[in-house]
Amino acid sequence: MTWRIISALVENKPGVLFRVSNMFRARGFNIESLSVGPTEEQNLSRITITINSDEHTTEQLVKQLKKIIDVVDVIKLPLDNSVYRELALMKLKAEEPTTRLEIMNLVNVFRGKVVDISKRSMMVEITGTPDKIDAFKALVEHYGIIQLARTGVCALPRGVVYE
Amino acid sequence: MVEMSGAKALIQALEREGVTAVFGMPGGANLPIYDELYSSNIRHILVRHEQSAAHMADGYARIKRKAGVCFATSGPGATNLVTGIATAYMDSSPIVAVTGQVPRAMIGKDAFQECDIVGICASITKYCFQPMHTAEVPEVVKKAFYIAESGRPGPVLIDVPKDVQQESADMVFPEIVKIRGYSPHIEPDVTQVAKVIDLLLTAERPIIMAGGGVHISGAFAELQALAEMLMIPVVTTFKGKGVFPENHPLSLGPIGMHGHAEANKLVTEADVLLAVGSRFSDRSVGRFDEFGRDMKIVHIDIDPAEIGKNKQVDVGIVGDVKVSLKIMLKMLTNRVIRKGEGEWENNQWLKHVREVKEYYRSMIKDHAREVTAMKAIKKLRELLPADAIVTTEVGQCQMWTSLHFDVISPGTFFSSTGLGTMGFGFPASIGAKVARPDVPVVDIAGDGSFNMTENSLAVSVLENIPVIVFLLNNYSLGMVAQWQRLFYNRRMIGVDLKGMPDFVKVAEAYGAQGIRAESMDELEKAIRTALRSDVTTVIDIPIDPEENVFPFMPPGKGLKDTIIAA
Ligand SMILES: Cc1ncc(C[n+]2csc(CCOP(=O)(O)OP(=O)(O)O)c2C)c(N)n1
Ligand SMILES: [Mg+2]
Repeated sequence: MTWRIISALVENKPGVLFRVSNMFRARGFNIESLSVGPTEEQNLSRITITINSDEHTTEQLVKQLKKIIDVVDVIKLPLDNSVYRELALMKLKAEEPTTRLEIMNLVNVFRGKVVDISKRSMMVEITGTPDKIDAFKALVEHYGIIQLARTGVCALPRGVVYE
Repeated sequence: MVEMSGAKALIQALEREGVTAVFGMPGGANLPIYDELYSSNIRHILVRHEQSAAHMADGYARIKRKAGVCFATSGPGATNLVTGIATAYMDSSPIVAVTGQVPRAMIGKDAFQECDIVGICASITKYCFQPMHTAEVPEVVKKAFYIAESGRPGPVLIDVPKDVQQESADMVFPEIVKIRGYSPHIEPDVTQVAKVIDLLLTAERPIIMAGGGVHISGAFAELQALAEMLMIPVVTTFKGKGVFPENHPLSLGPIGMHGHAEANKLVTEADVLLAVGSRFSDRSVGRFDEFGRDMKIVHIDIDPAEIGKNKQVDVGIVGDVKVSLKIMLKMLTNRVIRKGEGEWENNQWLKHVREVKEYYRSMIKDHAREVTAMKAIKKLRELLPADAIVTTEVGQCQMWTSLHFDVISPGTFFSSTGLGTMGFGFPASIGAKVARPDVPVVDIAGDGSFNMTENSLAVSVLENIPVIVFLLNNYSLGMVAQWQRLFYNRRMIGVDLKGMPDFVKVAEAYGAQGIRAESMDELEKAIRTALRSDVTTVIDIPIDPEENVFPFMPPGKGLKDTIIAA
């Protein structure tokens, strides 16, 4: 079992995400994260999927994805030659000034940002690989995480890969 | 560019696709389409249940090898199609289902007879269209046929909002369409084909496993040429039954849960298996982990997602079966001298194949009764012309057909093999008859299954589409009863049909011909009468409710665990 990233270019029209996610459900593929957004081409969207699976299952998933008519292209991204990032927003309990300072220090080390502060909480934004976000989360967990939202991975291969 | 309504454009687009018949039922949401059908030359065949419309389109498609078309209204009309669409999907049969939908502004409002048929059908169709702009209609229809018929065929749904049917727009009818996410692989990779040839030429115990893909691509002649050139025995999957003449010396018949014993045995003994157009379904190969462990497997299929799905293979070829086999034959002619009949004596494997086949054929036992399913089916074979089309319902009737009805002319047999839909055979036989009015069409039926769609008798009689229902009547849901007898300690529940209704009277009530055949004599007469008749005939053949189907590979077991007899 290895962590993998799959990137699919799909038609940007209603129902496509449904078809893709419905296929995962119907065929019993377990997805870790999925993110969708526009691309350089106006009528194409990119779906980035991360899964934890063996080679064979990954191959099957790619083939089943390709089989969906609105899916225009599918690639497996090489982890060592791609840039991949996730964004997380975390709302942490922070009532004491010392807690706030500690959190701000950690946020700096992780090159994150404090994006909201209220009397009893702070919201921070962390961007990076999922590992990095996990690591940050582990460090701040004991303050109390009130709410957490993650985007799922978004990724591109390095250099010019496709014509 | 011509201005016309969405409904008119839809009908014109169907005409341009060469559609001559549609099976369907009107309702509020597809009335504009029906109003255009009124002034079209396309024949409308009114069904009594939309499920049957889909099965008829499916049966038509399997024989014509072109998409069959069915119509239904929104809501209940559309949901009634679902079983038929799923049946076509599992058996890769091209149908184009056109449903009416509530007007655009009403979608999502839980309007009267609204249902999200596109959502419901997502996992049982190759694609679903819901044109939201009237001008899209011609292109949508063109794409629907292209998707349904090309590559690995399958059902496509077109869900047309009522106001899109009514509204007028400037229409352009495209001659060709391109879909950037869709390009079926037709041509195989020749280096892979060369590898396969090497494997086949060095194999000691080669076997061909032919599946439904051979039927779909019409590769009957190529398959036979290959088998004969290299003298390779051929088993088929159930879906592939009849893609190779079953009276051919190299034919071993279907493998699988109710395959021939010799086929199940020999397929596990091969050292090289050439699977053509088959998906290694559990019904055919039993346990995936056990099947083919000690052999090299070559798999040719048009659907890349089938290669390695159920079974890891040694060489995978993605391509149209017919095109691939043609290329293989061409490459082979440079390398081998055609092997001949003498091979039967010189070749250890073929000798063994012949012995095993003779041994198991001699083991086939029949009940002592005068009329049994086996005898009845063999009599039918004897009296039917070779080019007659045969389909089945689901259950023991289907498995007896698989075992005892030898298909002689390739491509003349089909059945609901993937979904196993009771009630499929009769409407599908009507569809097949529409596709081939010149040959007799027979549905080998069980009483339970026939009961499900017998109302298509009205269609067959009133529309003058005569078929033969060959009803093996065991007054029970025999296949389920067999499992209860064998695996549930004879705790029989929910399987007794108590001889109701009287199917002879049912046939007569619909204006069809009903004949009961209680002896072999009566049966022979009945078959002859039916073949001469120009009205649909139901031959009701009472058989023993206790009769089991053997051989039988128990569920969850492998081919080697096939039980030969009780
Ligand atoms: C629509 C549907 N419902 C239930 C089943 C489960 N099933 C499989 S075979 C069978 C019995 C079929 O009875 P009949 O048509 O009389 O055929 P027989 O086995 O008696 O020959 C049943 C209920 C099915 N295949 N399809
Ligand atoms: Mg029965």
